[in-house]
Amino acid sequence: MPRTDTTPILTVGGLSAWYGEAQVLRDVSLQVGEGEIVTLVGRNGAGKTTLLRCLMGLQGRYSGSISFLGADLTRLPAHRRARQGLGYVPDDRGVYSTLTVEENLTLPPRVGPEPWSLARVYETFPRLAERRAFPGTKLSGGEQQMLALARVLRMGARVLLCDEPTEGLSPLIVQQIGEILREVKRQGTTVLLIEQNVHFAATVADRHYLLAEGRVVESLDNDEMRAREHELLDYLGI
Amino acid sequence: MLQQAFNGLVGGAFYALLALGLAVIFGMLGVVNFAHGAFYMLGAFGSYVLLDSFGVNFWVALVVVPVVLGVAGTLLERLFIRRLSPLDPLYNFLFTFGLALVLQDLVKREYGVQSQPYPRPELLSGTVDLGLFTYPAYQVFVLALSLVVCVVVWLVLTRTRVGMIVRAATERPELTRSLGIDVGRWVTPVFGFGIALAGLAGVLAAPMRAVNPLMGADLIITVFAVVVIGGLGSIFGSVAAGFAIGLVSALGNLYVPALSQTLVFILMAVVLLWRPAGLFGREESPS
Repeated sequence: MPRTDTTPILTVGGLSAWYGEAQVLRDVSLQVGEGEIVTLVGRNGAGKTTLLRCLMGLQGRYSGSISFLGADLTRLPAHRRARQGLGYVPDDRGVYSTLTVEENLTLPPRVGPEPWSLARVYETFPRLAERRAFPGTKLSGGEQQMLALARVLRMGARVLLCDEPTEGLSPLIVQQIGEILREVKRQGTTVLLIEQNVHFAATVADRHYLLAEGRVVESLDNDEMRAREHELLDYLGI
Repeated sequence: MLQQAFNGLVGGAFYALLALGLAVIFGMLGVVNFAHGAFYMLGAFGSYVLLDSFGVNFWVALVVVPVVLGVAGTLLERLFIRRLSPLDPLYNFLFTFGLALVLQDLVKREYGVQSQPYPRPELLSGTVDLGLFTYPAYQVFVLALSLVVCVVVWLVLTRTRVGMIVRAATERPELTRSLGIDVGRWVTPVFGFGIALAGLAGVLAAPMRAVNPLMGADLIITVFAVVVIGGLGSIFGSVAAGFAIGLVSALGNLYVPALSQTLVFILMAVVLLWRPAGLFGREESPS
């Protein structure tokens, strides 16, 4: 099993998953240490999103073990996993159109030891404060992404599971997301991040797992990631 | 014409009450409840039986029948629908469709297919002067009560935390679970509530429409069209479309009587061509 330098907060062992007859994850094992930012890198269809869905309890059919803070999550339904401290930021950002921005923020229960107050959220994301009474989907793509991140921070999640938060956003917004992730890390929150942007991944994260065809094929640190940036970009076809 | 428009709004009140229940049930459970019309029919028969066999008046029935049917709905969800939910949605389609037929036939066996009379409550047997025309007091009451119910439901949905959870779970059930909310816990009361609304519509229908075993089956097809026009799963859309369709079909009846039965479906086709997700529906929900 690949190493971590800190105490593991999330451990995945021998995870396999299927969509109907098609196997999309094959015996995936990985660890995320407390306070780390770890990325999952891989082509479309490599199984990254499925992996996060398994962790969150949204994937129908899977086998293997998932332990979080030493407790086995495998049999828990999604809402119990969230209440244990998993904060999910789905690839479509998961912003509700029938809820206002503020309702989007306050929908999840507070779960962690250090949930952000609404005041802190609005201080960090002034745009959300200005638009608090707007329907969630009236925000721009970047603002919706901020909203999705702010929502799990207000919830107080211990581990953020972020499915490509930078996808399709302008460099300026990507930079802002990077800053937020660094701030999140400073307060000790852990992040497992799907990221296709190799350069961005190397600037925010501590370690990286490369997924291909449903398997973890490599575990890389930042130096290896930077050294092989061009090779990886070619591989990812970006 | 104004009077006909008013008729349309009263008809729309029934569509709205039924569509509202269907929409919350569909949104939260992903179940198209084909038995909804049957519960409407049971609502009407419930008040008929209470009056005919037990001498219980309209006003008591107006409270008792929806409550009883609502409780029956929660049991139905707990015992059957919940167990079928993990399977292909087709199973719940078939189950609710079959249930509708069974309920209809049970009532038919007992009371036959002919319509039963149900008198208007004495208090509302007169007419009301609405300024431009006079109108039966009972119909005015139906319209007012259903508006009040829709407004109260609307306030609960938009102003309370429970309402926020129901809206979230109706829009994106899976996402809502992943944000720490036990959607399953809310499903049973919401289903029961939807059924209670159908029952309420049935009680209201008894004094002004034919009480017979097929009354629900006749109406529910139109209500499905209403829900589709409003946008599947959109709560506001279903209520707005309910009143709008009532109005349109009443006016259609006046100007093009030949089309009165088909107008709703033509409208549905046009709306779907123009906005595939319905008037207030989300364009698509990527999963």
